[in-house]
Amino acid sequence: MLKLERINSYYGGAHILKDLSLDVQKHEVVALLGRNGAGKSTTMKSIMGLILPKSGTITYNNQAISNLASHQICQCGIGYVPEERRIFADLSVEENLEVGRRSSQTGPINWQKEDLFDLFPNLAERRTQRGGNLSGGEQQMLTIARTLMGNPSMLLLDEPSEGIAPVIVEQLAKAIKGVKAQGLAILLSEQNMHFARLVSDRTYIIEQGSIRYEGSFSDLDQHPNIWKQYLAL
Amino acid sequence: MGFYLAQLLTGLANASSLFLIASGLSIIFGVTRIVNFAHGSFFMIGAYLAYSCVTWFDVGILGFWGSMLFAALCVAVIGGVIEILLLRRLYKSPELFQLVATFGIVLVVQDIALAIWGAEDLLGPRAPGLDRAVRILGEPIPEYDLALIVIGPLVLGLVWLLFHRTHWGILVRAATQDREMVAALGVNQQWLFTSTFMLGSFLAGLGGALQVPRESVSLLMDLSIIGEAFVVVVIGGMGSVTGAFIAAILISVLNSFGILLFPSISLLLPFLVMAVVLIVRPWGLLGKPGSGHGAPEAPQDPLRLLGKRAIWAWALILAALLTLPLADDGFLLVLMVDVLIAILFAASLQFLMGVGGMVSFGHAAYFGLGAYGAALCVKYANISMEFALVAGPVIGALGALFFGWFCVRLSGVYLAMLTLAAAQILWGIAFQWQDVTGGDDGILGLWPSEWASSQSAYFYLTLVLCSIGLMLLRRIAHSPFGYVLRGGRDSALRIEAIGLDLKAHQWMGFALVGGLAGLAGVLFAFSKGSIFPDSLSIPHSVDALIMVLLGGIQSLIGPILGAVSFILLEDWISRLDYWRFIFGTIILLIVVTAPNGLAGLLAPLWHKRRQRSGKGQSQ
Amino acid sequence: MSILTIEGLSKSFGGVEAVKNVSFTLNEGEFLALIGPNGAGKSTCFNMINGYLKPDKGKLLLQPQESKSRNLVGKKPRQIWRWGVGRTFQITATFASMTVRENVQMALISHHKKSFNLWARASHLDRDQAEQLLEKVSMLDMAGQACSELAYGDLKRLELAIALAHDPKLLLMDEPTAGMAPSERTALMELVAQIVKDQGLSVLFTEHDMDVVFEHADRILVLNRGELIAQGTAEQIRNDALVQEVYLGGGSVFAKETANEAHHAET
Repeated sequence: MLKLERINSYYGGAHILKDLSLDVQKHEVVALLGRNGAGKSTTMKSIMGLILPKSGTITYNNQAISNLASHQICQCGIGYVPEERRIFADLSVEENLEVGRRSSQTGPINWQKEDLFDLFPNLAERRTQRGGNLSGGEQQMLTIARTLMGNPSMLLLDEPSEGIAPVIVEQLAKAIKGVKAQGLAILLSEQNMHFARLVSDRTYIIEQGSIRYEGSFSDLDQHPNIWKQYLAL
Repeated sequence: MGFYLAQLLTGLANASSLFLIASGLSIIFGVTRIVNFAHGSFFMIGAYLAYSCVTWFDVGILGFWGSMLFAALCVAVIGGVIEILLLRRLYKSPELFQLVATFGIVLVVQDIALAIWGAEDLLGPRAPGLDRAVRILGEPIPEYDLALIVIGPLVLGLVWLLFHRTHWGILVRAATQDREMVAALGVNQQWLFTSTFMLGSFLAGLGGALQVPRESVSLLMDLSIIGEAFVVVVIGGMGSVTGAFIAAILISVLNSFGILLFPSISLLLPFLVMAVVLIVRPWGLLGKPGSGHGAPEAPQDPLRLLGKRAIWAWALILAALLTLPLADDGFLLVLMVDVLIAILFAASLQFLMGVGGMVSFGHAAYFGLGAYGAALCVKYANISMEFALVAGPVIGALGALFFGWFCVRLSGVYLAMLTLAAAQILWGIAFQWQDVTGGDDGILGLWPSEWASSQSAYFYLTLVLCSIGLMLLRRIAHSPFGYVLRGGRDSALRIEAIGLDLKAHQWMGFALVGGLAGLAGVLFAFSKGSIFPDSLSIPHSVDALIMVLLGGIQSLIGPILGAVSFILLEDWISRLDYWRFIFGTIILLIVVTAPNGLAGLLAPLWHKRRQRSGKGQSQ
Repeated sequence: MSILTIEGLSKSFGGVEAVKNVSFTLNEGEFLALIGPNGAGKSTCFNMINGYLKPDKGKLLLQPQESKSRNLVGKKPRQIWRWGVGRTFQITATFASMTVRENVQMALISHHKKSFNLWARASHLDRDQAEQLLEKVSMLDMAGQACSELAYGDLKRLELAIALAHDPKLLLMDEPTAGMAPSERTALMELVAQIVKDQGLSVLFTEHDMDVVFEHADRILVLNRGELIAQGTAEQIRNDALVQEVYLGGGSVFAKETANEAHHAET
């Protein structure tokens, strides 16, 4: 469904992604694991057209998207949930959802606000509040809900569990499984192994801008040396 | 009592039309980050179109209000076309380009309006049904003023509904906060920008149209309103419509009472209010801290001291200029004095912008301060030219110290807007404080001392002083002080992290360029024998910006190239009919096609030559 | 002897406590690392020490035992620099429109208080001293190059030379190896270690590359959710259960892995 081939991306003068390749199949949740600074966010931004890769190709449903503008990439059906969340702080919860609303159906279901309030009950209680007044966990739910309003067929989730209380992380995992059950593919970047294990089917490990390992969590458990080398302290 | 109420109501009526234009400006800035100078032109077109509609189809109340709306809609379409054809190319350019480009539009529109509606002021009919005055507490209040007082809040309410109850409006508010994220959510920014620009233009057009029954429509409407509109936007907070409303009321009401209480300082009031607001809230009443910067500027090449050959070349040029009076026909000397003064003026601005990274949209303030300062000293203290040549720069520098103190607290467009407002205030004083400055009639009878009164002597004087000014600027650009300013332009963070107070250096930099611009002003005043308020006006500030842009902002030679070509071009074009149109078009072409100016166009040739000679040496 | 003592440092942003009651000391000549997951409060902590943020509560004392002890709370970054604290940034901050040498000369000009001089040629001032500093970071051969042409790793070294210009007692380095290739990382940190040893500097740095941290830090502080949860040597931190929990989101994973290892060892 999504395929990255030999992507090279730079940030400022720094070479961040080095010949990075990965793919995500339909209905699959893939976790991109790695330490801080390994290149997870840059991968997400490169897919979304927020950073232009210097070389390499990105295809989505066999269509090349590496030269498209971000709004066109979104219109292809990729929904992006940034690490910094980037809530519109002055807009209410409902208005934030409204910004994400797109009428064309590029994904398996046509999300309505009420569906999302069912998926994230915390947001329902706060629908008229300013986005800036939400807690970190609620903001995270709001960004995901906002992106779902665009009816994507695939989600890019950049470190959704970061800085969020454990109880909320559980709720988030439940919601993501719910989204997956609706037939969306998800590429998830994570440092929280516990969370990634709960939701994902397959993992990539990224280190210094390249993929170093690919496989399922159960395979990964068989390779403690990989754990140690790329993820553990 | 009734009298004060009448003043209050007049103030509120004025506030409505000021609010309309300022809110449009603010909305456009919030989303596109463009400081739209042409907004005053949209206001003017709105007035002209409404005048034409109302006079052609004289069809009662419905026809009148229909004409107002129709005129505003036409302006919205014109704004949309301009956005698509021109501004789209400039969203990623530095502020300077955007400003100069929108000023190019101002010039083009002025001549189009001149061609269609003629040069005479047009007095429109009164609004049907609202053409009388009602007595409130014994004072006559025009009914139309009361209507305007209702229209202001009504439009505010409608805009509020648009922004809170429609999908489009919510997108606009979101884009004001984070454009990139809105794009990542699938919104095509281009159309969002275009439609926002059209809404802003519509509001400006409506503001202009509604003025038709109150004041005569003229070609001066554009620039007379834009300065005040900028002040309102800055006070209200850029991007905030409600802020613009509050600020418009504040300024207009203060104005109408200020004129009663202290007629002589009432012109300073908007600036004083703005200064107070910016000290307490640097982003305006309802504004949010945010980036006021256009695209980041590319790093410049490291400075190089002049080589031996270059020094000889300049010495030769100087020597050639010294012999000019021998071959002179009089006309050439006068033109050269203009050129030299323009060079010094442009070079002082280039130092501030290119070296210091501070964009000034109101550099004429210091030119004019120097000129007026010297002229007033001559007029009232009867001092000699020699003394005036010292007094002018000192006054320019003091003025720059005063305004600079506020300016260096801001950066990017915020700083630029403040410099513009400062210049507008000074212009207002020069224009309206007739007893002292002579108002529109200016100050006459400024003659050079006996020894410098011949054309060639004055040329030598100008040549010497301008050369000293230029050498001084160059020397300072290479000095530790100049390096600190350059460094601050590259990385303010690093300047602070090596223990330096950037603002203090920038403040002194302001004073320095203020003094040199002031010197250019004095030389100008004595070369013409008179000084008029237009030396402080927005067009004069923009002249300096165009010279810097023509020459290329990066190079120290830029202002020389820019000023020479600008003066020669102006000298030639201004003899033609519709020269504003031609000149505006040239500006637009340059901004779009040669973003690095003449120096930028020549640089590749220079590099090639150097490379070639470099290769030659290595072989 | 302590060069920097921090007591009860706290900072909130809009009700969220970014740093909670953090206390530690940095000893003279020590190479101290501050680590933690994203959002743990490292940058907030760092920015309070170098003056970019004002703490809500707490003490920041430079050279607490000396008579000239300085309280850094509420001081501007430039003041803190004048008291002998140098710093490098996560994303390098240099003067792109100048040469490499001029970048260092700027710091020297500031140190010698010549920044308001309008007449001297800046590029001629303190030239030798600037070149000595460049020599220290092995960049003398690049002295005349435009800073905008440097590779990222060289910019990092240049920042180091700038930071050393006023002969600081304390060096603050925010993510010194961010964005560098692995070989460059090691080289840079070895260079820093060498300079620290030669000049008796003390260094506080944040870092996300654990190899760098474990290899070079004398001592490590771990922040999580704004709180200091552990401090100690590389070995102590590596084996700290709480730290593992924070970094890997559950000790269970690690427990299982060690169980596996034990199993392998038995067979």
